[in-house]
Amino acid sequence: MSSTYLGMPSLPVFGTGNLNATESFPQAAKRELKNTQLRANLAHATHTIRDKRENAVAELPDWEEMRDAGSAIKNATMANLPALLEAFETNFTARGGIIHWARDAQEANEIVTALIKETGETEVVKVKSMATAEIGLNEYLQEQGIAAFETDLAELIVQLDHDKPSHILVPAIHKNRNQIRDIFLREMEEVDPGLSNEPARLAEAARRHLRKKFLSAKVAISGANFGLADTGTLTVVESEGNGRMCLTLPDTLITVMGIEKLLPSWRDLEVFMQLLPRSSTGERMNPYTSLWTGVTPGDGPQNVHLVLLDNGRTAALADQMGRTALNCIRCSACMNVCPVYERTGGHAYGSTYPGPIGAILSPLMTGIKSEENNSLPYASSLCGACFDACPVKINIPEILVHLRGEDVDSQRAKVKVPTQMDLMMKASEWAFSDGSHINLLEKGLPIGKLAAGRAKVIKKLPGIAAGWTQSRDIPAPPSQSFRQWWVKEHQSPEPRRNPAKEEDQL
Amino acid sequence: MKIALFATCIVDAMYPRTARATVAILERLGHEVVFPSGQACCGQMHVNSGYFKEAHAVVANHVRAFDADDYDVAVAPSGSCVASVKHQHVQVARRCGDAALEARAAVVGAKTYELSQLLTDVLGVENAAEQLGSYFPHQVTYHPSCHGMRLLKLEDRQSNLLKSVGGIEMVELEQADQCCGFGGTFSMKNADVSTAMMEDKIANIASTGAQLCTGGDASCLMHIGGGLSRQGSPVRTLHFAEILASTLESPIDIDGHVQGQGVSR
Amino acid sequence: MSARDDVMSRIKSALRDAPPTPDIPRNYRLATNKTAAQRCEQLVGRLLDYKANVYVVPTTQAPAKLAQLLADAESIVVPHGLEEHWLSGLRDDAGSLRIEVDSPEHRLSVSALDSVDAVVTTAAVAVSETGTIILDGSSSQGRRIISLVPDRHICLLAAKDIVEVLPEAIARLNATAPQTWISGPSATSDIELERVEGVHGPRTLDVLILT
Repeated sequence: MSSTYLGMPSLPVFGTGNLNATESFPQAAKRELKNTQLRANLAHATHTIRDKRENAVAELPDWEEMRDAGSAIKNATMANLPALLEAFETNFTARGGIIHWARDAQEANEIVTALIKETGETEVVKVKSMATAEIGLNEYLQEQGIAAFETDLAELIVQLDHDKPSHILVPAIHKNRNQIRDIFLREMEEVDPGLSNEPARLAEAARRHLRKKFLSAKVAISGANFGLADTGTLTVVESEGNGRMCLTLPDTLITVMGIEKLLPSWRDLEVFMQLLPRSSTGERMNPYTSLWTGVTPGDGPQNVHLVLLDNGRTAALADQMGRTALNCIRCSACMNVCPVYERTGGHAYGSTYPGPIGAILSPLMTGIKSEENNSLPYASSLCGACFDACPVKINIPEILVHLRGEDVDSQRAKVKVPTQMDLMMKASEWAFSDGSHINLLEKGLPIGKLAAGRAKVIKKLPGIAAGWTQSRDIPAPPSQSFRQWWVKEHQSPEPRRNPAKEEDQL
Repeated sequence: MKIALFATCIVDAMYPRTARATVAILERLGHEVVFPSGQACCGQMHVNSGYFKEAHAVVANHVRAFDADDYDVAVAPSGSCVASVKHQHVQVARRCGDAALEARAAVVGAKTYELSQLLTDVLGVENAAEQLGSYFPHQVTYHPSCHGMRLLKLEDRQSNLLKSVGGIEMVELEQADQCCGFGGTFSMKNADVSTAMMEDKIANIASTGAQLCTGGDASCLMHIGGGLSRQGSPVRTLHFAEILASTLESPIDIDGHVQGQGVSR
Repeated sequence: MSARDDVMSRIKSALRDAPPTPDIPRNYRLATNKTAAQRCEQLVGRLLDYKANVYVVPTTQAPAKLAQLLADAESIVVPHGLEEHWLSGLRDDAGSLRIEVDSPEHRLSVSALDSVDAVVTTAAVAVSETGTIILDGSSSQGRRIISLVPDRHICLLAAKDIVEVLPEAIARLNATAPQTWISGPSATSDIELERVEGVHGPRTLDVLILT
């Protein structure tokens, strides 16, 4: 079919579910920063994974070529999404899989619930899945009388602790081994009361806790890392074997996958299965990857469903500057290298998707005006570490800045009293749009120098600038600007010695 | 070679010594330095804060000031401002639908260099002591600013120049590649996170035992220096251009009261 | 309008600027530049890194090696397509070892699989650079469940089936076969991002590389 769209342009339809910051990022960050245990846990974990990722990436001579290919493949995917979805649908269906489409979180939750109810089961096991976290599936199922058991170790920790995930790969990254042991001792039935804090012992406790569940489960719910359009194949990438358990043992498998997760061809997996493990856990390869195409007679689930989810992805796709955010393969490298995430943790971002990618993806999917999501694009110093680490080269800093522009423009549209930031930007627009304007202002520098006084520093400024002076001094300005010096002293015909040495005279 | 100096707004107004040092280095190498008087600011504060409309006038002014044939290259003692000129100006023009500005901005951007880039790649400076007479008998640590490192890919250019200064003792900075937390208006909008980042940077600087922290961006150095000053640290910050400009005969004086950055008497 | 039509229409509307489809630059390594011996050595190193047990043995000695590895086992499961001669060492002298064969006609139950000591399978291909063994469900590898539930997986891998880089393996495989890629025993990095081995999948992985 043709990709040219001839219908009426429609307004973007935004996503719902767990995609919003419910308080502004600076406010949430202020609180999280005070949690010194959290800071220590995050610093330890992110620095560990950073080193591992760097080593794993440095080992490959063709890492940059792989990133180039990965980026191009995802751009090609987005450009041809309708045709690729149709191809996927045809291939997956031809092998006995059943496809459902969901416009938003509510619809996806309803579909999954109905499918579970058809089986008569009231318990399901789950493989870690960002899509189902995004739509709030567990909470929805609970309301419907269905218990969903998370089986990924970190998800299990979070679920047992009645907490929220704070990282897309390691949802319990904010917990250390002692805290995890305490949760297990408190929440796990039949746990050894002498359980130690050694990770190996904790993993073993999780194995014992879930073994019976796996072996008797009738329904499993998963996400998918990739969907291959030309074969109709789904992929789950994991470590513990909980994924294999869920994908293999139950009769019914229900997978929820965002429409952007496709890759055009089977062959593309050779790129992404090199990019993903090295970027996420810093391993050459993750312990287990499972691939299935519809139903395999006699092997694995015989009742196989896939829910294809929009929930704001098409809104992100409609943003020409921001759409590459959909190229994300959820590796988490950007948050692991982010100096902001490292200090605030994932909860400060509110949304299921934290860190640099979350700061663009969440407002792209919900619209910049949704709840406090307009504070997310500012949650970055624009240091660029995320862009360097991104295996599919999403220019996160550029999209952050673009979304700041969207926010500023949406605020402009409101009739309102200009903010201090507005006034500062307006005044500096005037100052910086003509050399003579800045020169005029710089004639006031001696006043600043006087204001700084004998200490020669400014320690307190009012308004938004108080944010600066809460922890930093501002040096006394010089008595003359460079341009004044240039005109007065450098351009003069007398010979000069070392211009760098000339006195700063008051 | 005729070199147009883009001083950048912060250096022009707050750290004129850095621009003077830049002039000194280039003149010492026998080049002619000109200062396009219409210049003001690269506009990245506006862009990075989302004020594209306001940035348009600032970018247009910069392009107007530097869109001339009577110089060979332009230089600025800032990785961040050069990255803005090279990468953001075209985008601002495009976003504001100004095709003519977009084309001219691309030309200006291509001719603009960060100082260490110009010295290393164009002017062939490999040894500052020999070629510039640089002499600076102090212990120094070095913070590579994010935009120079990641957007301009300056790699070791600044630190290599510093290492070749006579008498200098460079001390490695732990986690040097971590952002200092400045980020323009980020330091105001997200002051708490910014401060947390800065505190870690300052702790790493303090643990080097060096008297000075140098770098290539006056804004980051003002941020780090402002934090050091607030904490009562004796460590100062100083732009690397000033270290390169210092000579045995005419040394830069690092005594005096803490000013966040620079040399004061 | 159905959800499908609705979502499709939204996508097409979102793409009304008709973004170009880029060419895919596949300038990454597509084939090995290592000898067979180097690939074998690399695979051994990677698997040991993952805390798997690796044994490089001449094909003729495989049955004896297998018997040695299973000396203490009481029961194993094998897929119906596993050639009998691999098990000849077991059948000869290990009278107490029970060998269960999983076949389309006789599918073992989950609890039966949970009670055996080990599973023995072959593999379709292995990637030395990443230390990955790939099973594709063919008859000597069996249903996915049999290499999952037993706590120990012994995998017989022909040295000729070792490639160096992932694209070479992809070229050999059929996408629609149910695949399991295995890189070491089950592991997790979920506690402080430190890797520990042994979670839900087999906690012991033995790889016999047959030369």
